[in-house]
Formats: sequence, C-alpha cells, structure tokens
Amino acid sequence: MTRFLDPLKSDMPLHGWGGLGVHGREALGENLAEITEGKPLTRGLGRSYGDAGLPAPGDEVIAGSRMANRFLDWNPDTGVLRAEAGVSLNELRRVFLPKGWFTPVSPGTSFVTLGGMVASDVHGKGHHSAGTFGEHLTSLTMRLANGEIVTCGPDDKPDLFWATTGGMGLTGHILDVSFKMRAVPSPWIYAERKQCPNLDSLLEHLEEAAEAYPMTVGWIDCLSTGRNLGRGILMQGRWAELHETPAKYPADGGGPSVPFTFPNWALNDVTLKGFNWAYYHKEFKGFRSGVESTQTWWYPLDGIGNWSRIYGKRGFTQHQAVFPKAVGRKVIRQYVELIAMLGGSSFLCVIKDCRAEAPGTLSFPMEGISIALDFPMRADTQAIVDRLNEFVIEHGGRIYLAKDALTRREHFEAMEGERLTKFMEIRRKYDPDLTIRSRLSARLMDPEVER
Amino acid sequence: MRAAIIGATKGMGRQLARRMAERGDMIAILGRSEASLQAATTDLQIRGAAEVHPIVFDLADADGHRKGLRAIEGALGHIDAIIITAGGFDTQEGLESDLERTARILDLNYTKTVLFCEHARKSLMDQQGGGKLVVFTSVAGDKGRKTVGLYGSSKAGLSHYLDSLDARYRDAGLVTINVKPGFIRTSMTAGLPEPPFAGEPDQVAVDVLKAMEKQLPTVYTPSIWALVMLVIKHLPKFVMRKVGF
Ligand SMILES: Cc1cc2nc3c(=O)[nH]c(=O)nc-3n(C[C@H](O)[C@H](O)[C@H](O)COP(=O)(O)OP(=O)(O)OC[C@H]3O[C@@H](n4cnc5c(N)ncnc54)[C@H](O)[C@@H]3O)c2cc1C
Ligand SMILES: NC(=O)c1ccc[n+]([C@@H]2O[C@H](COP(=O)([O-])OP(=O)(O)OC[C@H]3O[C@@H](n4cnc5c(N)ncnc54)[C@H](OP(=O)(O)O)[C@@H]3O)[C@@H](O)[C@H]2O)c1
Repeated sequence: MTRFLDPLKSDMPLHGWGGLGVHGREALGENLAEITEGKPLTRGLGRSYGDAGLPAPGDEVIAGSRMANRFLDWNPDTGVLRAEAGVSLNELRRVFLPKGWFTPVSPGTSFVTLGGMVASDVHGKGHHSAGTFGEHLTSLTMRLANGEIVTCGPDDKPDLFWATTGGMGLTGHILDVSFKMRAVPSPWIYAERKQCPNLDSLLEHLEEAAEAYPMTVGWIDCLSTGRNLGRGILMQGRWAELHETPAKYPADGGGPSVPFTFPNWALNDVTLKGFNWAYYHKEFKGFRSGVESTQTWWYPLDGIGNWSRIYGKRGFTQHQAVFPKAVGRKVIRQYVELIAMLGGSSFLCVIKDCRAEAPGTLSFPMEGISIALDFPMRADTQAIVDRLNEFVIEHGGRIYLAKDALTRREHFEAMEGERLTKFMEIRRKYDPDLTIRSRLSARLMDPEVER
Repeated sequence: MRAAIIGATKGMGRQLARRMAERGDMIAILGRSEASLQAATTDLQIRGAAEVHPIVFDLADADGHRKGLRAIEGALGHIDAIIITAGGFDTQEGLESDLERTARILDLNYTKTVLFCEHARKSLMDQQGGGKLVVFTSVAGDKGRKTVGLYGSSKAGLSHYLDSLDARYRDAGLVTINVKPGFIRTSMTAGLPEPPFAGEPDQVAVDVLKAMEKQLPTVYTPSIWALVMLVIKHLPKFVMRKVGF
C-alpha cells in the first residue's frame, strides 16, 4: 500500500511532504473538537517529510486541523496568544507582524500549523537563543484518547504537556495552543552572509556567530570533497531596528511556483553540482550584509510554490541528526565525509548549532551540532539512511522524527533508550490501549501486531 | 468600509470577513449559530476589525429577512456592501437520492436568496441611494453538466437574476457583483475528489475585494476558471454527454 505517489494525483491519498503516500482520508472542518472525536490522529498542513502525519496501517480516517484556525484570545500586554491548532504560521505572520509581533520560534517554512509546531517541538535559526517552540507555550487544550477534553501546561499535568511537545501527535489531539509571542522592533531582519571555504571555517564561524547573533544557520555544499570538504555559507541575523529599515512594509511575496512535477532524471549529481556551485558563488564574493524581509530570511523556499516537485514522482526524504557537543569537530567532519561519500545527491544540507536539551520528553534538539540533508528516493536510499543512523548511534546522537520516513525500529530504540521508555509510559498513562497512533508510531514504537 | 456578510462563520465568507477585518473594516456577520458567531467575532476583533456585530439569522426563513436587514442597518448605520456567501450544496448523487434535501437546497440557493436580495436592494436604494450587493453563485451555474446539475441549476437561476439586477439598477447606484468560484477547498467540498485548479478561500477573498474595488459585475475566482469555463461553455452537447465532469 505504501508507495511514493505523485503529489499532484487527483485521487488525493494522504501524503507527507516528501511524497510518501497512503490511502486514507482527512476529516476536515471548522470545529476541531467535533472532528477529532474517535479519530486515531490529527494532522496539520502535512509539512513533516515522512509518515508522522499518516494513519497507521489499518486506520483510514484521521482529523485534519487546517480549517480550525481562529484566534481565540490575544493580550497585547502580556503577548500571550491563544489560537486554534490549525492556525498557520503564514496567517499568524500576516496578521501579527504589522502589529509588531512574531512567533517566538519559526521553522524554515511558514506553511505549518501551530499544532504541528507543538507536536514536532520545532526549532529554528534562533535555537541557540530562543530554544524550541514548546518552551514558549503557556498551555494547551487537548482531546485525550478517552474523549475527554483537558488543558495542560508546564504546571498543569506537566507529564502530559512535555510528552506532547515533540510527541508527534501521539498523546492526543491538540485543539488549541497558548503561547507567548515575541515583540519585534520592525518587520525586517539585518542579515549577514559569509562564504566559508571549508568545514572548519564554517564551524568556527557558526560558534562565533552564536555569541553575537540571535539567529544563525549554515549551508554546506555536501558534494565538495578534499580541500573544499564542508565549504559553505554562514548566515547570521537579528531583527533590524526601525532606523535601519526601509520606510515601507515588506511586500508580501507570491513568488514563482513549480508548475509540474519534474521528470525523475532532472535531478542528478550533475545538475546538483551545478546548483551547489551556483549557490556557493552566487551574487556575492566572500561577504554580504543588509536588511531583508522576514520572508526572505525565514522562508526562502516558501517563495517557490510546490518546490518539492523538482524531485520528481518518486519523491524524496530528509535526514536530520544532532550530535552532542562533546563529540567535537572531528566527528562532525567524519559525518560530512560520510555524507559526501554516500553521494545521496543532497540539494540542501543545513547545519545548525543547538543550544541545550529541549524539555520535551522526546524533543529533538540537544546541545551540539545538527545536520540536515534531503535526497531523492532511490533504490539505495534505505541503505544510506541506515548507514547515517549507524554513525549517529555510534556517536550518541539522535534523529528528528518530523523529517524521518525510513529509520528502523532497532536504530530508533538504540538512539532514544530511556527517553523512549519514559515517553511510552506517559502515552500509556493517558491512552492505555494506544488508540492514538500514526504510521510513524507503528513503524518505530508501537507493539508490533498484525492489523 | 462597512459591510454585512451572510456566511462569515465558514469557508470563503469567513476568509473574506477576515481580510476585511485585517484592514480595519466595520462588519456585521450573520449566521445561524450563536456560538459560531461569537467565536467569529473574537477572531475578527483580534485581526483588527473596527467593529464586529454578530446577528443570528437564517437565510432559509423568509419571514426573518426584513428583521435581519433592520438589524444590519441598526448595526452599521451606513451600509457600503451586503455580501452573501451562504448557500447549500450536495453532490448530484446525494441530491438525486433525497428529494427533500434537494427541495431545501434549491429553495435556499435560489428562492430565498433572491427574496433576500430584493429586500437588500430596496434597503440600499431607498435608504441611501445605492451600495454594493455581492452574491456567490458558482461556475456550476454556467453550463449544464453531468456532475452538478441540480445544485448548478439553482446557481444558474440566481446568476440570471443577479445579472439582470445589475443591468437594471447599476446606473441608479446599485452595484451587483456575481462571484463565481471554481472548486475551493472549504468544508463544503471536503472529501470530494479534487479537480485541477482547486483554490484556497484566501485567494477568493483577495479576488473578491479587488472586484469590489473595481466594481466588476462578474468575477471568476481563482481567475483561471474564467478560461476553463469559456472552453466548457463552447463545448457542444454531444461532447458534454461524453465527458466526465
Ligand atoms: C521546507 C521545510 C522546512 C522545515 N524547517 C524546519 C525547521 O527549520 N525546524 C523544524 O523544527 N522543523 C522544520 N520543518 C518541519 C516542520 O516544521 C514540522 O514537520 C511540522 O510539524 C509541520 O507542521 P504541520 O502543521 O505541517 O504538521 P503535519 O506535518 O501535518 O504533522 C506533523 C506532526 O504533528 C502532528 N500534529 C499536527 N497537528 C496536530 C494537532 N492539532 N494535534 C496533535 N498532533 C498534531 C501530526 O500528527 C504529526 O505527527 C520543515 C519542514 C519543511 C517542509
Ligand atoms: N466551495 C466551493 O468549491 C464552491 C464552489 C462554487 C460555489 N460555491 C458557493 O460559494 C458559497 C460559499 O461556499 P463555502 O464553500 O464557503 O461554504 P461553507 O464553507 O459551507 O460556508 C457556508 C456559510 O454559509 C452559512 N449558511 C449556510 N446556510 C445558511 C442559512 N440558511 N442562513 C444563514 N447562513 C447560512 C454557514 O454558516 P452556519 O452553518 O454557521 O450557519 C457558513 O458560514 C456558497 O454559496 C457555495 O454554493 C462554493
């Protein structure tokens, strides 16, 4: 039943962002409390790459939150917003940025829902200064497996609350989300970009930048080897002060769109090398700085609608791992060498230093270095993911479930150990029969049964 | 702008109300459920509406039409626009198998909507010498087709009425705008197989606000549907019998 399907196909099976599709249906509607009743899972805008938002084998209908997107309460004195779980970050930005407010944490796309941001406990370019989204929540309203509707928060059923942040929707349906917004001085970002000729230089700059800038991220050209191994671009930024910015409000970008799914041959090592070369050498030499719009800084890919179609019909996947700081640069270097050697044709390879262990029971970030890459689905993709995961396990790292489709159960158990045991305990406390489940939970953590 | 929207609790009407709230308009919202109206009011206030007035109202109840209009006049004072997105839908199969439901939907989409427009026309023209009347029909009303015949015929009738209203009263100050959405992802269409060119409610909201500013008599939204319907309208009947839509 599982296969990679053309996201354009009109029989509309449910699919993850990478194109992994299953047959099933989303129950959609404005009233989330109503449509989540009796459902095994809720999903948002489907921007997780793999199977986190897909029904478990045997399940058919799951709830979809995206039409439940009202703002419920806003207090500009405290900055606390309460909103339904289906509110998208794009809508939040459109309404609140002109008023001088922004989400405290943002992932690399604005087409995600608040519920999805909680369930993945998302992190962004500001992780070293702002932590994860879960750290800014004040409370959640949830529908539990037994149908009961409850609230939880850092001081209210904290076990349920922290298992829900980063819990991939497996503790219950998130109905509404209360969190503290961030007041910003302007709708613009002051950003600097630096070329770094190799990995050491990039890691050094990344560490340095974290001291001076609240937002940093690096892009690595994974296809370069030898002397150029790990060459890339470092981006560092902060919210621009009003006096630095243009007088006008940044234009709302409806950029170009990828109108059709590319043929599978379009993306190969040659076109990728060309792309990476062009990106590395882009319009600037060495260094560029200036003020740019929130969208350009946070969501460079959102400007290109349906960009995932360039991967063709077979779809793609992503792999994101974080390594503890203690492993040192040598291990990071070995990992990048491994990536280059495996030659997975990564289009985007993103490197980020994470600040500290997130408090969520199963949240992804820990203090150290995170590396994410996407690659098209090919016959050898499973083998590549396995090899990467073996390296991750060997060095005490872990992977990000929101990006994952192919990790094996035994690898996941080896990475998560006690954290997983604790997560399952809390899940069972609120849902003894594990009726809330997904394709991801069936793959990685639910008891293996014939369904 | 001061506008009344019938159907502001869901779908396209809701997104239109939101876009208007975000630019600081004063809005009266009309719908059947008090609770949904209250939640919509809070949402629109947070988004920046100058004022929001919830009014419980059922378009299917013709006896309440006059009272509904009085309530709008009372809430807004001057009325720049009355917008109607409220309507009923079911698939051709669903309607063929349940004629009572068919009767209710035909009655709501055609008779009751026309009757309410008549009250609105008089109110706008007599009390203030004109205004805008914006009514949602559908591309399904453009041509008799296999899949949306019963529903489409109610929208065809409504369209016919709106076009004549515009012809008759525009010079006297009543601007009638006939909005023809294509397939839009709302709870009305949730679960239906999606045709190409499916649109989002927010696109529709942006298109309708633009059309209101330009006072266009007809608007297809998303705009690609103008082209699609141009082609379909010119297909001969023997072809319509063959094709699957
Ligand atoms: C281009 C791109 C860039 C990205 N960049 C980043 C990044 O920088 N940092 C980062 O952390 N992530 C990033 N992501 C991943 C993304 O932020 C997460 O996958 C996020 O969860 C997607 O939100 P969604 O609304 O689409 O949720 P979906 O993908 O629909 O669902 C994701 C998970 O959340 C659960 N869920 C959703 N809504 C609810 C609810 N109401 N109640 C209970 N469970 C729910 C689902 O069951 C599922 O397990 C990126 C993704 C893309 C496509
Ligand atoms: N979606 C599409 O693809 C599509 C395509 C072409 C045309 N259309 C037409 O466009 C319009 C809007 O569609 P939509 O998809 O936005 O619909 P929707 O999501 O179902 O919203 C309909 C709105 O109308 C209100 N309503 C329904 N019956 C009512 C009544 N008797 N009295 C008062 N309010 C009533 C509903 O509110 P309550 O239920 O809270 O009362 C709701 O707010 C409809 O006329 C539809 O026929 C839709």
